[in-house]
Amino acid sequence: MRNALQGSIGIVARNGETALAADLSNLPLLIDGLTVSYGEKPAIFSIDASFAAGRMIAIVGPNGAGKSTLIKAALGIVPRLSGTVRVFGQPIEQVRGRMAYVPQRASVDWDFPARVVDVVMMGLYRTLGFLRFAGTKERSTALACLDRVGMADFAERQIGQLSGGQQQRVFLARALAQDADLYLLDEPLAGVDAATERTIMDVLKSLKTEGRTVICVHHDLSTVERYFDDVLLINVRKIAEGPVASTFTDRNLQKTYGGRLAGAHIEQLRLPVE
Amino acid sequence: MEGFLSALLLQSGYNAALVGIGAALLGIAAGGTGTFIFLRKRSLVSDAAAHATLPGICLAFMAMVAFGGDGRNLTGLMIGSAASAAVALVLVDWISRETRLPEDAAIGAVLSVFFGFGIVLMTVIQTMTSGRQAGLESFLLGSTAGMLFNEAVTIAIAGAVAGLLLLLLHRRMTLVAFDPEFAATTGVDVRSTDLATMGLVLVVTVIGLKVVGLVLIVAMLIIPAVAARFWTERVDRLVAIAAVIGGVSGYTGAAASAAYPNVPTGAIIVLISFGLFAVSLAFAPVRGVVASLYRHVRFQRQVHLRQGLLAVARGEPIFDGLTLKVLRFFGHIRADGVATLSGRAAAAKALRDEARWEVARETHQEDMSVARFDGLTAIEKVFTPDEIAELDRRIGDRIGVVA
Repeated sequence: MRNALQGSIGIVARNGETALAADLSNLPLLIDGLTVSYGEKPAIFSIDASFAAGRMIAIVGPNGAGKSTLIKAALGIVPRLSGTVRVFGQPIEQVRGRMAYVPQRASVDWDFPARVVDVVMMGLYRTLGFLRFAGTKERSTALACLDRVGMADFAERQIGQLSGGQQQRVFLARALAQDADLYLLDEPLAGVDAATERTIMDVLKSLKTEGRTVICVHHDLSTVERYFDDVLLINVRKIAEGPVASTFTDRNLQKTYGGRLAGAHIEQLRLPVE
Repeated sequence: MEGFLSALLLQSGYNAALVGIGAALLGIAAGGTGTFIFLRKRSLVSDAAAHATLPGICLAFMAMVAFGGDGRNLTGLMIGSAASAAVALVLVDWISRETRLPEDAAIGAVLSVFFGFGIVLMTVIQTMTSGRQAGLESFLLGSTAGMLFNEAVTIAIAGAVAGLLLLLLHRRMTLVAFDPEFAATTGVDVRSTDLATMGLVLVVTVIGLKVVGLVLIVAMLIIPAVAARFWTERVDRLVAIAAVIGGVSGYTGAAASAAYPNVPTGAIIVLISFGLFAVSLAFAPVRGVVASLYRHVRFQRQVHLRQGLLAVARGEPIFDGLTLKVLRFFGHIRADGVATLSGRAAAAKALRDEARWEVARETHQEDMSVARFDGLTAIEKVFTPDEIAELDRRIGDRIGVVA
């Protein structure tokens, strides 16, 4: 069940615990044997994956494959049934400040009484002082983040007045305010207009250029090769992971999507995974 | 009426003044706390907590009598009520997390069972021979007649504690109410934040028992918050406005209750806060019913005006009654439907702006998502004169190409 990654950890571990920690501290995200279930049906089952620094990685799979569950488990907001998650070699709780999260925009009630700038300042929660009142410094940070996503003019707008694409930009700005090393985004391009898609991809590429790691749950198969360096294909179980060029193949897609993708490889679906 | 006014001005004697101040403090604490359970969409949980205080009150009374004390000692009754309400909250939380029952079903079950049990205990108490049981039923609907000084002080201290907790927790509770999953990723313990919010609800409920009564305390928590929601789009202001509405309701309610001692205080306070809610619902500037109706009518007229002018410019007949009415109102057509001079000018401008919008939609696709390109906003509001001139040049180019 466990794959090559498990072996590599084994090798490192034989060299001693310190060596293991030192080796993993550069690895933004390591997932080992991760299982999450709602009720008695696993949403994801025994997934192993490692995500390298300074890359843009897509998590791809059909509806109900557990893509969102995987990143929520990586963020520690859904309970793990088994397995471990290490972020820069450490348990999640110790590295919260280095992780940023962009949830699906439909996950919140946009009629909440807040202005755009208020939502972005939520990304600064960890840096706020004792009484957590935001001052001019926080405000100017938030405005700079809004500027990066082309929403500076909207700072004072009530969030209920935003279009879908604008909501997504605001969520991205909030994540930028978190100033993290690892960005986890849940379908950031779902249902947004073309201009927003371009803006978001530009921002994500600039994060990568700065040496940060970007992991996106991604639904649009046609843009995977254009936007991402690596891909993780899952359908409850892991199907494949690696560089897009060698991993995002017809055969792996057939395995991931099963009968939902027509093609000449249906026979091969019956072959055992790995 | 005179009695009410003198009570309002703290002229009705020591006790009435004490009650007025106590009720105002309670209203402020309840309004501020209620804002966060309203934003967290858990308003009814507070109702379960309030109703679940009854068995605690009764058991505390019985225990105090059994040990030979005064059954109506307020501190003892408060401890008892807080304990049974806390048990109810834990039960609601447990049922909705560990079983497949939704939270509203859990609330309904817990609320009615605890309240029913409390009523049974009250009946038992009434048959008891010892203890001065009279007055215990005032906890149901509230009564301020005969509030003691130390009872008012208790309310004031508890209210101040609630205010301090709100100040300390406001950012965290806001974060959890808006986006609990994001809050968790940024290191906020969602569960303990929710527990702290419920703790605040417990404090307000317990100190509100004497004044408003347990049946109606939920109204003091929720109505100020929903009324305040009509006036603002910011959480900090929402808390402040809700606290003011709660304070005003509590104070005037207590004054009215002093003037008309036969009506339960809780009911009066709730009716006054409902009055403030109704005013907010109707007349708040942006979210109020009147304002949004006005906006809708204005927008509809804008649409009809634009469509009518385009029809005039293209020489198309107009049959729509409202369109004709709007055009006539602005003097764009005469009573017989023929366009006036100003009407023809406006129609020509509408047609030209339509052409400008068409070019703008093509050339400014990047801005489509952030600007208002619906064509109803005046084009001068979206573009600068230079940009409009540029649009006109492009229209010229296009006509040139066609010709």
